[in-house]
Amino acid sequence: MMDRYTKLQLVGIYACLAIFLTFILLPFFEMFMASLRPLEHLFRSPYQFWSDDFSFDAYKQMWVTVPLLGRYIFNSIYISFMVTGLTMIFVVPAAYAYARLDFPFKNLSLGIFLGVNMFTGAVLLIPLYRVLRTMGLLNSYWAMIVPGVAFLIPTGIWLLRSYLEKIPRELEEAAFVDGASRLYTLRRVVLPLAVPGLIVVGVAVFIGAYAQQFLFAITFNQTRELQPLPAGLYEFIGYQSVTWNEMMAAALVGVLPVMVIFLFLQKYLVAGLTAGAVKE
Amino acid sequence: MTDVMHAEGGATARRERKAISESLFAWLLVGPAMIFIAVIVAWPLAETIRLSFMEAGLGGEKFVGLANYEDLAGSRRFHQTIVRTFYWMFLSVALKLVLGLIGATLLNAAIPGRALFRVLVMPPWVIPIAIGCIGWLWLYNGYFGVLSGVMMHLGITDGPFEFLAHKQSAFYSAIATDVWVGVPMVTLFFLAAMQGVSRDLYEAAWVDGAGRWYRFRRITIPQIMPVIVSMSLLSAIFTFNSFEIIWILTEGGPRGATTTLIVDTYKTAIGNYKFGEGSARAVIIVLLLGLFSLAYLFFLNKVNKKYGVK
Repeated sequence: MMDRYTKLQLVGIYACLAIFLTFILLPFFEMFMASLRPLEHLFRSPYQFWSDDFSFDAYKQMWVTVPLLGRYIFNSIYISFMVTGLTMIFVVPAAYAYARLDFPFKNLSLGIFLGVNMFTGAVLLIPLYRVLRTMGLLNSYWAMIVPGVAFLIPTGIWLLRSYLEKIPRELEEAAFVDGASRLYTLRRVVLPLAVPGLIVVGVAVFIGAYAQQFLFAITFNQTRELQPLPAGLYEFIGYQSVTWNEMMAAALVGVLPVMVIFLFLQKYLVAGLTAGAVKE
Repeated sequence: MTDVMHAEGGATARRERKAISESLFAWLLVGPAMIFIAVIVAWPLAETIRLSFMEAGLGGEKFVGLANYEDLAGSRRFHQTIVRTFYWMFLSVALKLVLGLIGATLLNAAIPGRALFRVLVMPPWVIPIAIGCIGWLWLYNGYFGVLSGVMMHLGITDGPFEFLAHKQSAFYSAIATDVWVGVPMVTLFFLAAMQGVSRDLYEAAWVDGAGRWYRFRRITIPQIMPVIVSMSLLSAIFTFNSFEIIWILTEGGPRGATTTLIVDTYKTAIGNYKFGEGSARAVIIVLLLGLFSLAYLFFLNKVNKKYGVK
């Protein structure tokens, strides 16, 4: 009853949604349109809303123009998976400690972790470059993975901690009473219960790793074969004429695999990612 | 750890030993993450502070004391950059919050198709920022972009309008893109917070004859206030640090119109190899963000007290 809308209200809501979604989706739509237009028609001015010769040629040609395109797409996903895996290895134990245990400097150290959130790599590039050089990691996958992990650990701890806090303590206490060790309890009682939370935090970290590989890639890696997609796309620029239609096609095809994965996981993601933000 | 439970002796001694083993265990769990952060973030940060007292470049390092900071203090351009950065941040965050609130309210409405709409909001957040920016670069193009095209067809401008070539329009165009990148996350968090508000509150108000707008103002907003505050801090930090968007769209131009602190730092250090001067800028960024966050935490505390959240 309370949620009933009048016809007029419904029209208003849909109209506003349409405007909102247009803003969100317009760049994708235009990228798609550009990818369909032959290059010489792309550069028609004034702008034409409709071309008569749409074609999917760019989707074939792009693999020839940038032969490593497939490799770039793979690199992007590979780097993100590695970052996610490593981050979770650091995050899970730490988040558990913050959610459940009492120890000296607990709040201070948590504060330090969150403080890391205030930096981006862009501020620390020079010393970071030197650290990576000392470790001999420049121009390798690790040059992009290691800084990625560092900047995602704090967010991961924060998200997972609030998730773990919602798992009832009684279960663990029961395990303790039965004589189980802490490590056993963590592995056999807490982790299985935390699976949905782990998925959520994992996906959130993956998105973070996937969205932000550009800067580390262009600064710490000169090896072409290892570049992720956002850096690799810049190869389309820098030829005599920029083949915009192919670049757009490559960008869209490049993000497709992750979009598909995301579509399957989005339900968990939205529910769980925000669990920390919502009061019980 | 089980031996603690079987330990004999007074209850106090046992509790003490348990506390010690708990602390030790906790630090074993937190330690690896701490060490990793120390090497990859804390150490470079310390290095940055050291470098800020140096004249450093590819050639070597020379201690110059506070000279880098004095240069910045006396530089009118740097002052302008700070003002521009805060303007950039406040405008962009305000837009993200307002649009996020509107978006979340729309997506929270009980209408057919909302599950689909919720998914459609997410793409800008899920794709690499750099790729979204390529799309915007195309939109902003004066000759071939749709925005300029529509304006020409409507007769708003006579000729092609290059959004990124003029100081004013470049700045606001960059803000629009930054908002576009940030809005999906803000929207989703607000949406989740709204769904967490108890229905009883709305029903009680509805029975009492409260209209939609009244319920929104008096129930929804206060109930999700803590999330609004924490999202505004998060977005503020993201926006302040936003680098890729500006770099890809304008590289800080035209004539410095979109040069924020972070872009200025990158240009100085990486572009011109002035490591010392760049580091001094980085330190100032860290200080400003630190102060800003402290003020915010203070504010958050107040809000939480006011709205009765722990």
